[in-house]
Amino acid sequence: MREAEKQLSGVRRVVCVGSGKGGVGKSLVSATAALLLSQRSRRVGLLDLDFYGPSAHLILGAWDLMPTEDRGVVPPEIHGVRLMSIAPYIGEGPSALRGSDATHAMLELLAITRWGELDLLLVDMPPGTGDEILDVVKFIPAAEWLVVSTPSKLSIQTVRRLLLLLRETGSKIMGAIENMAEGEACVEEFCRAEGVQFLGSVPRDPKVERAIGRPELLLRTEFARRLEAIVRKLK
Amino acid sequence: MHEWALAESVVLTVLRVAEERNAARVLRVRIKLGELQQVEEEIFSTALRELSKNTPAEDAEFSLAREPAVLKCNRCSHEWKVERDKLKPEEAELIHFLPEAAHTYLRCPRCGSPDFAIESGRGVWIESVELG
Ligand SMILES: Nc1ncnc2c1ncn2[C@@H]1O[C@H](COP(=O)(O)OP(=O)(O)O)[C@@H](O)[C@H]1O
Ligand SMILES: [Mg+2]
Ligand SMILES: [Zn+2]
Repeated sequence: MREAEKQLSGVRRVVCVGSGKGGVGKSLVSATAALLLSQRSRRVGLLDLDFYGPSAHLILGAWDLMPTEDRGVVPPEIHGVRLMSIAPYIGEGPSALRGSDATHAMLELLAITRWGELDLLLVDMPPGTGDEILDVVKFIPAAEWLVVSTPSKLSIQTVRRLLLLLRETGSKIMGAIENMAEGEACVEEFCRAEGVQFLGSVPRDPKVERAIGRPELLLRTEFARRLEAIVRKLK
Repeated sequence: MHEWALAESVVLTVLRVAEERNAARVLRVRIKLGELQQVEEEIFSTALRELSKNTPAEDAEFSLAREPAVLKCNRCSHEWKVERDKLKPEEAELIHFLPEAAHTYLRCPRCGSPDFAIESGRGVWIESVELG
């Protein structure tokens, strides 16, 4: 645990992108935000903590990039984003991890990764509001949380649970992003009721799918343009 | 791997123990290395010596011992030892970085399940510290 702290000592800010729910766009939002920040010449890292469905390397087109070994491991850099994930270690195989295995794997990744100096480390969170959240809160207490929700009631209800948990554990909540927005401003309303800052909406963009694995293309989508307006607010 | 980071944690812990017990010198430190973790002993020893220079642990003898990797199937309860030289080298390398990758590459030899617990053989810890 002390090793994890040391490896993160050059990181100014850790922002976890979570929601509790799967399929709401956490991975797409965190990877695209990392690309956008890197374009704005921020030193940015992306840590994919989804051990069951790691996605960041797929979105960034980095499936064959191995971290290099040097007194730990140095994350490979893709479009200026330092990327760390379980993916290079498990390939395309299954990961039959139980909760405590996942905790160990997370600690191991935190202990071996030499992030160096970073302005921001984005953490792509797995779905769930159990171990995955509690582990991060415990091991990276300074982490701030950016929550993603779709306009669906099913998403909003889970996000509400996540926010309650984060509040009770004393975590800092930066705000919420609405993804795959359409029509009504459901998430904005929810934020007002919960006293959470609403950071903005990103629409559903059918062009996104073709841009997966192609960062240059992804950055030119409407999705990225709209996300940029939000990322600019993340001072 | 993270031999240097590990060595630093070990040295810091040893020095803290020495300070708490008002010891002038550290004589001997016994360290256990989990087999799955596959810490490079040579790098680790060098790191321990380097990092303890000019500290009360400077002349300490750091002895390293391996703890075998034992896995236990969560389905049929079979327990087995992982023999490193029987692993494919690429897989051994990946498991060495991330022991949990074992769940991707190893299977219970009795029932074939990927659902097993790593009973021992992960991590690095200090077994004992002798102070002078
Ligand atoms: N704004 C969007 N427009 C179109 N497709 C999207 C959008 N946001 C996410 N997706 C797609 O939805 C799916 C789930 O997104 P993902 O980022 O994997 O979610 P999570 O990480 O929350 O599980 C992916 O196929 C992704 O490409
Ligand atoms: Mg995801
Ligand atoms: Zn079995």
